[in-house]
Amino acid sequence: MIARRVGLTAFALVLVGLTFAWAGPRAAFLVAIGLGFGLVLEGLRFGFAGPWRAMVADRDARGLLAQLGAIGVTAAVALPLLAMAPNELSGAHAPVGIGMILGAFVFGIAMQIVLGCGSGTLVNAGSGNIVGLVALAGFVAGSFAGTLHLGFWTGLGTLPTLTLQGIAGPTGGLVLTLAGLAAVGAVAWRRAEAGKRIPPVRLWIAAGLIAVLAILNLVVAGQSWGIVYGLGLWGAKVAQAGGADLAATAFWSAPANAERLGASILTDVTSLTNIGLIAGAYLAMRWKSDPGAPPAALTVPSWVAVLVAGLVLGYSARMAFGCNVGAFFSGISTGSLHGWVWFAAAFAGSGLGLRLRPRLLVQRAMIHRGQPA
Amino acid sequence: MSITRPTVGLIALALVAVLVGADALLSAPIDPWEVPPPAALGSGQAPAGAHCSAG
Repeated sequence: MIARRVGLTAFALVLVGLTFAWAGPRAAFLVAIGLGFGLVLEGLRFGFAGPWRAMVADRDARGLLAQLGAIGVTAAVALPLLAMAPNELSGAHAPVGIGMILGAFVFGIAMQIVLGCGSGTLVNAGSGNIVGLVALAGFVAGSFAGTLHLGFWTGLGTLPTLTLQGIAGPTGGLVLTLAGLAAVGAVAWRRAEAGKRIPPVRLWIAAGLIAVLAILNLVVAGQSWGIVYGLGLWGAKVAQAGGADLAATAFWSAPANAERLGASILTDVTSLTNIGLIAGAYLAMRWKSDPGAPPAALTVPSWVAVLVAGLVLGYSARMAFGCNVGAFFSGISTGSLHGWVWFAAAFAGSGLGLRLRPRLLVQRAMIHRGQPA
Repeated sequence: MSITRPTVGLIALALVAVLVGADALLSAPIDPWEVPPPAALGSGQAPAGAHCSAG
């Protein structure tokens, strides 16, 4: 056990050291931040899809309240930082639109089918959940496909990008953000059953650590924590290696995206934290004395459903200008109105996804016991 | 018999390593003298703008 943990610690140090040697100090810091995200999310079991499911299905508000707490702490530091250094830092600000709302709703459905969101899919894959690994492959393909059609979805009708600090000023924006989080928290508290309201210490610690890591991400990368952009870039890299000419596409010919496509993955801040997150989840899983049982084997149609759900997760996240991290967590914590709209639409979609999951995912053992497929 | 979690985790890490390795062969190499400062805050440089929320 001790030898394995020494080996895991050495692995983390080597990963950060190699990144430093290859791509410089900022890349190394971002991989280290990603490692932190993976360790906290997997090690302290802090998630997004599971707590939403618990809120809807079990009237258990503890996980959701921890999420809101993490977002609030992040906002309390991030919004003043953004006001202080507008030329060096940028928030996760995106416009509200018809395609964006539809994308968030569909994302909410899919995240309950695979029980994994943007960060959750990476954590699941890294921590050895084969359902998460299959979903991740679909996520990469879907988020790339979404970049090819983004112009169509935004063309359906999109408002200008609105932020709460743009409407009410820096202090007013922070007050509105914290008041909104408190209001959502109050509703969740009221709807929760007694005994399922106060998050345990583990979740408070995790929420605090996630907030610290998200703030560090903003300070080091210059932009908020995200997931989907990196996965779409990975898909674009694979497509380009396969001979696709992406210079003709609107998204990948835009200067910022074209630069990322031509440069090393290790220059993309989102890819760096994604890599660290997967590795961190692996380390947290291997650190435990018992890594846990593998998920139950699924039927072939169910595996196909997982792959398709992953693809839908990626595509819809691109439509929605982010997933639970880029839109919900980072959008709200940096004052973007689209983060709030994303939350409402995705939460509604989650309710539908919870009803669909038992119909779409069927375990082999259930069929052997004669249960309907 | 199901594949164990440590094995699936290693497969995930291996796939990421293959992606980074293949990308290193196909993309422009990183110039060690042109890498960005350790942190964006205080650097005087604008962020890259490549983010989930960007169109």
